[in-house]
Amino acid sequence: MNVEFFAISLLNGVSYGLLLFMLSSGLTLIFSMMGVLNFAHTSFYMLGAYLAYTISGLVGFWPALVLAPLIVFVLGAAFERYSLRRVHKFGHVPELLITFGLSYLILEIVQLLWGRSTVPYGLPTQLQGPLFTLYGTQFPKSRSFIMLLALLMLGAVWLLLTRTRVGLVIQAALKHPEMVEALGHNVPRVFMLVFGGGAALAALAGVIGGNTYVTEPAMAASVGSIIFVVVVVGGMGSLAGAFLASLLIGIVQTFAVAMDQSLATGLQALGVAVTDQTPGYELLKLTISQVAPILPYLLLVLILIFRPKGLLGTRED
Amino acid sequence: MNTLASGTARPTGYRYGVKPFNATRVLTWGLFALALAVAPLVFRSSLALTMLSQIGYLIIICLSYNMLLGQGGMLSFGHAVYTGLGSFIAIHTMNLAAKGSLPVPLVLIPLVGGLGGMFFAILFGYVSTKKSGTTFAMITLGLGELVASMALMFPTFFGGEGGITTNRVYGTPFLGIPSLTFGPQIQVYYLIAAYCFVCTALMYAFTATPLGRMLNAVRDNPERVEFIGYNTQRVRYTAFIIAGFFAGIGGGLATINFEIVNAADSLNGIRSGGYLLFTFLGGATYFFGPIIGAVLLVFASILLSELTKAWLLYLGLIFLFMVMFAPGGVASLVMTNLRVARFGRFGPFWALYAGLAVTGALTAAGAAALVEMIYHRQLNAALGPELHFLGLSLDTSSATSWVLAAALLAVGGFLLEQVRRRFVRAWGHAQEQIEAEIQRRLRHRGGADAGVAP
Repeated sequence: MNVEFFAISLLNGVSYGLLLFMLSSGLTLIFSMMGVLNFAHTSFYMLGAYLAYTISGLVGFWPALVLAPLIVFVLGAAFERYSLRRVHKFGHVPELLITFGLSYLILEIVQLLWGRSTVPYGLPTQLQGPLFTLYGTQFPKSRSFIMLLALLMLGAVWLLLTRTRVGLVIQAALKHPEMVEALGHNVPRVFMLVFGGGAALAALAGVIGGNTYVTEPAMAASVGSIIFVVVVVGGMGSLAGAFLASLLIGIVQTFAVAMDQSLATGLQALGVAVTDQTPGYELLKLTISQVAPILPYLLLVLILIFRPKGLLGTRED
Repeated sequence: MNTLASGTARPTGYRYGVKPFNATRVLTWGLFALALAVAPLVFRSSLALTMLSQIGYLIIICLSYNMLLGQGGMLSFGHAVYTGLGSFIAIHTMNLAAKGSLPVPLVLIPLVGGLGGMFFAILFGYVSTKKSGTTFAMITLGLGELVASMALMFPTFFGGEGGITTNRVYGTPFLGIPSLTFGPQIQVYYLIAAYCFVCTALMYAFTATPLGRMLNAVRDNPERVEFIGYNTQRVRYTAFIIAGFFAGIGGGLATINFEIVNAADSLNGIRSGGYLLFTFLGGATYFFGPIIGAVLLVFASILLSELTKAWLLYLGLIFLFMVMFAPGGVASLVMTNLRVARFGRFGPFWALYAGLAVTGALTAAGAAALVEMIYHRQLNAALGPELHFLGLSLDTSSATSWVLAAALLAVGGFLLEQVRRRFVRAWGHAQEQIEAEIQRRLRHRGGADAGVAP
């Protein structure tokens, strides 16, 4: 493993990890506040990407960066107000089910409006090309922009939650909703805003993730289960844990896809003869890049066995 | 306190609940068996037989899923793992048996699938059931993805993209009767029906066992269960294993039915989501709800998908509205209306239901016309602007059809909302009266029993 590979993979991993964090932060916020696991969270991510594709075709990418999350904010808040709030009294399972139904619905509506294949959502000219060259390999501007935006967002959310009046009300409503309500704050409205805000964060990730990666109907499902892994590994409801787990999973996956070593080559390097007659050859010959898609889930299983509350979690349930 | 006191005061030999073999039960199960037996004689087409076979094993799968969702409060997003892996174990056993290396007759293959599903439930259930509630849902989702993507890494066992095929006609005919080879679909149907009946009965019996009751308690109040000394994780784990066993039986029957298993298709999250969706639509709060769900699943995936390309969209919408307005599914709709009828208060609802049906049909027609027109423009634009919808011919290029459809949707929706409000009011009123009636009867009986607190 040379320095060049290491540096570039690390940068790619961090930018992917930060994108995951943009997604999982909204999910964690909604979860820790309302106890609702928003199954449709990555559907909002997809919706953000598709809306940005349409809007950037009309007025350009930079207005889309603001408008698409705003539209998704309104949609998310409306969903909370007219659907989710209705089933709140039935308990957590119906709440999960209704967001599950929403994810079905958004997928079909996206396919209905934009078609079933990939849409040509490209990068704006300002983000095309490399930002800098490291050991002869170029690092694209778009990925640096993801990193910048994610860090800005992290800062903004942190400031909002800890330094503003609204943030303090949100934090208080997290722990003691009845008390906050007794003090005269409209807690259901706070919930609605948080749900909309979380959806908007996901949409923001979609606006920049959609053109850096691919905008297609499968994009929601492809990150959907990963960010659930992030939230469980980081610890349910812990924003810092989600940050750590996102980076961890982003880096591990990026490194893994570029490595073609397997257990067999490892054993051969140690001087053990491995042929296709060796028992378990099927398993031994798998390269690390082949197992890359399952690494996050393996991590999930290991965390659950050895540290059930997650990396930085506090809840035991 | 009250229950404890009255429990000790009961005469010895007192039994909770009803006698296990009372007339209602014998009649219900007799009718169920009869329905399974005569269904292929009534519906004789090959399409009907295909659908009936699928309904048969899906009933087992949906009931096993409901053991988790309805009875244990465990929302699993990975049930297809256990049906799918059960299928794979079953198909490999069939191939080995056909080669003569394993003496397993075909009639026992579903049991082998069940043991396979059970084995993997023991393996994965340990991790899944460590948590309950929302975390459980996420873990099952993650494990489902893990297994689905792992399956593509081991092509020798899972057959890669193409899957694994088999032939269900092998060995000596069943019971030595030469024509009973399970080659014809009708024989497969009766095999499935037999398993369906036995498994349904077993799963119903499970609900009355102490474990089944504890499972309900763990669903409703885990803290209290821990206080009286039970390990909630172990209860969930045991139930998970049993559900995995029945899921595997369903998977094994599916293998016999199709003679092919494909990892990309049978293990993925979409399949698991389908089981969840239809178990819920059927009704998770009643034992027989998933049976309705299984029937709906087959009708939706075979007939509705023939009828329209947008069937998943309609399904999503129906699901959303069901969760919002009828979280008990079809089964609870039926049962609550029966309850109203039993108390003789169904009178005013005839008109209200007719109103709901008419306005609902108007709204649905408007919405469906819009959806179909958009779909037509999206997918079949090359076929011209003409679209046939409910016997009408719609022109997607003229504004008239769009305006008409939108107007139908708006007017229908407005009227539906009006009727719905009246319905809710009348419904609430009827429920209040029924509650009052129940209280009155209880008081009446309480007076006769002299002093027993209700």
